[in-house]
Amino acid sequence: MNAPVGADGTVSVPPPLEVGGTNPPVVDAKNLQRTYQIKRGMFAAPDQLRAVGGVSFTVASGKTLAVVGESGCGKSTLARMVALIEKPTAGELRLGGMDAVNAPDEARNQLRQSVQMVFQNPYGSLNPRKKIGNILEAPLAINTTLSVAQRSEQGRAMMARVGLRPEHYQRYPHMFSGGQRQRIAIARALMLQPRLLVADEPVSALDVSIQAQVLNLLLDLQEEMGLAYLFISHDLGVVRHIAHDVLVMYLGHAIEQGEKNKIFSSPRHPYTQALLGSTPGLVGTAPGIKRIVLKGELPSPLNPPAGCVFSTRCPHVTERCRVERPVMREVDGRQVACHEAEKLISA
Amino acid sequence: MSAPGIAPTAGQPIQSPPHPLREFWGYFSSNHGAVAGLVIIVLVLLMAIFADLIAPHAPFETNTLVALTPPFWQDGGSTTYLLGTDAIGRDILSRLIYGSRLSLSIGVVVVTLSVITGVVLGLLAGYFRGVLEIAIMRVMDIMLTIPSLLLAIVIVAILGPGLINAMIAVALVVLPHYVRITRATVIAEMSKDYVTAAVVSGAGRIRIMFSEVLPNCTPLLIVQASLGISAAILDAAALGFLGLGAQPPSPEWGTMLADSREFVLRAWWVVTFPGLMILITVLAFNLLGDGLRDALDPKLKR
Repeated sequence: MNAPVGADGTVSVPPPLEVGGTNPPVVDAKNLQRTYQIKRGMFAAPDQLRAVGGVSFTVASGKTLAVVGESGCGKSTLARMVALIEKPTAGELRLGGMDAVNAPDEARNQLRQSVQMVFQNPYGSLNPRKKIGNILEAPLAINTTLSVAQRSEQGRAMMARVGLRPEHYQRYPHMFSGGQRQRIAIARALMLQPRLLVADEPVSALDVSIQAQVLNLLLDLQEEMGLAYLFISHDLGVVRHIAHDVLVMYLGHAIEQGEKNKIFSSPRHPYTQALLGSTPGLVGTAPGIKRIVLKGELPSPLNPPAGCVFSTRCPHVTERCRVERPVMREVDGRQVACHEAEKLISA
Repeated sequence: MSAPGIAPTAGQPIQSPPHPLREFWGYFSSNHGAVAGLVIIVLVLLMAIFADLIAPHAPFETNTLVALTPPFWQDGGSTTYLLGTDAIGRDILSRLIYGSRLSLSIGVVVVTLSVITGVVLGLLAGYFRGVLEIAIMRVMDIMLTIPSLLLAIVIVAILGPGLINAMIAVALVVLPHYVRITRATVIAEMSKDYVTAAVVSGAGRIRIMFSEVLPNCTPLLIVQASLGISAAILDAAALGFLGLGAQPPSPEWGTMLADSREFVLRAWWVVTFPGLMILITVLAFNLLGDGLRDALDPKLKR
């Protein structure tokens, strides 16, 4: 990890990508939290909904961190915080070494250019009343002083890069298929030459055959441009294909994170084990992964369990789990938040 | 129908896309009702512009000798007064021709005023939400609870009678409709990902409001505005009838209609022709609005 560049609050461009040597982290999140106030009525005090309750990670350039977990576990909120759409309620977020949480507006706008986002729904993420050319040029028109001709040139170049034909430039989004639209969305996200691309389930709305094309496009672009990806997904097959590191979330908390192969081959957290075991086609591919059927419902995030968030459904739960929340610690080459992690080697 | 240049087949060299206006006309002209509406509006517009040349008589010229002459095809009618005369012998056809000036400008001015203010207020309410939204929307709700004509009368009473003030009053009365429509569409659009995408790419508030969200609200607004022109003509007519709008000698269609109320049974033509003119113009605007919405909506393009 390199030291933060410049004093807090100063406006400066993120440091350029180092060629060769160690890759500096593009994102460095420490104990990121996001709490929502839920109104219960005019006179009642609002409830606290902790969507993300303390997640730390780094992503280096050229690397992909996949965040996995079931619906409602806080994946998308995490993505929105990293993409600077929402402010974290607590914690630290550094982009290219610069503090992104407390930065003044001007510096935030500058940082924003280095993080772009691709959304889940390719139908909703493109303005239906704008031509593709205008959609691609908009980020340049807002953030740069390029002439119309230069913008158009860059837009057309980017379109070729994501595999679209030049005549598509004058068409409207509804004339494209889902896969093509997602290519357009990726092209728009790359117009400002970001260093980090936050992809919130970018392929889950697409046909399986198209998913592979879009994933391969993302992999190619990562190689060409040295992009870092924060890849949100619930599809473990996709994650296995694209990720370098994996972060597993449950009820707003990170419960296991580390290198992809370690986690896929020998998950240590009982939830990760259940998650991997529940994926069709993955059963039996690695020793130690068997199908574990979880009992019970996902607890309400308004009223999370007192101890370990997973204690209400965990097959290995102990008395300690119910009262004491486990902290992230290093076990067998990855981070895991479980009191019993050592005992669960081949559960 | 064919849409040249829109869907070229793969592998062929691509001709440059048609000029936006040409493209628009291509879609618009495929809707026959809309073209009919446009033709009628153009005719009424020409009638208004060249009233001095077309009209056989002066609109204010009275001749009590020929009062209540029926139209030319009825017994007692004459070709001098093609559509007959009213109670004080003014030529109805000439008054209708001159009246198109007033009625068209009332419709257009009222709708322009209320659409511009309504869209801005609705955008502000839908974009910023919170206290601003509550303030704007509650005022609009209060305006909606008062019967529209009553509210118009109150406003005219404050501003003083006259055509201009009547137009301002009607514009204020129809304002809540545009504010509500805009706000509702803005709220629906704000939740879509393309707005978030604009935020991520650094777009400012003004850009998001006017460049991203507003164009997606236009289809509903166009239809509402085209209906609004007709409502404005009718509301202004009602004010005229009460002596608060266009003042009596002016040949405004609604005022003509109202003035001749007492002759409904005796001389049908005095009421029928102004009513028909309003009907035809209103219908034409509605057809035009429908066609415009379809032609301006890229989702319906092939």
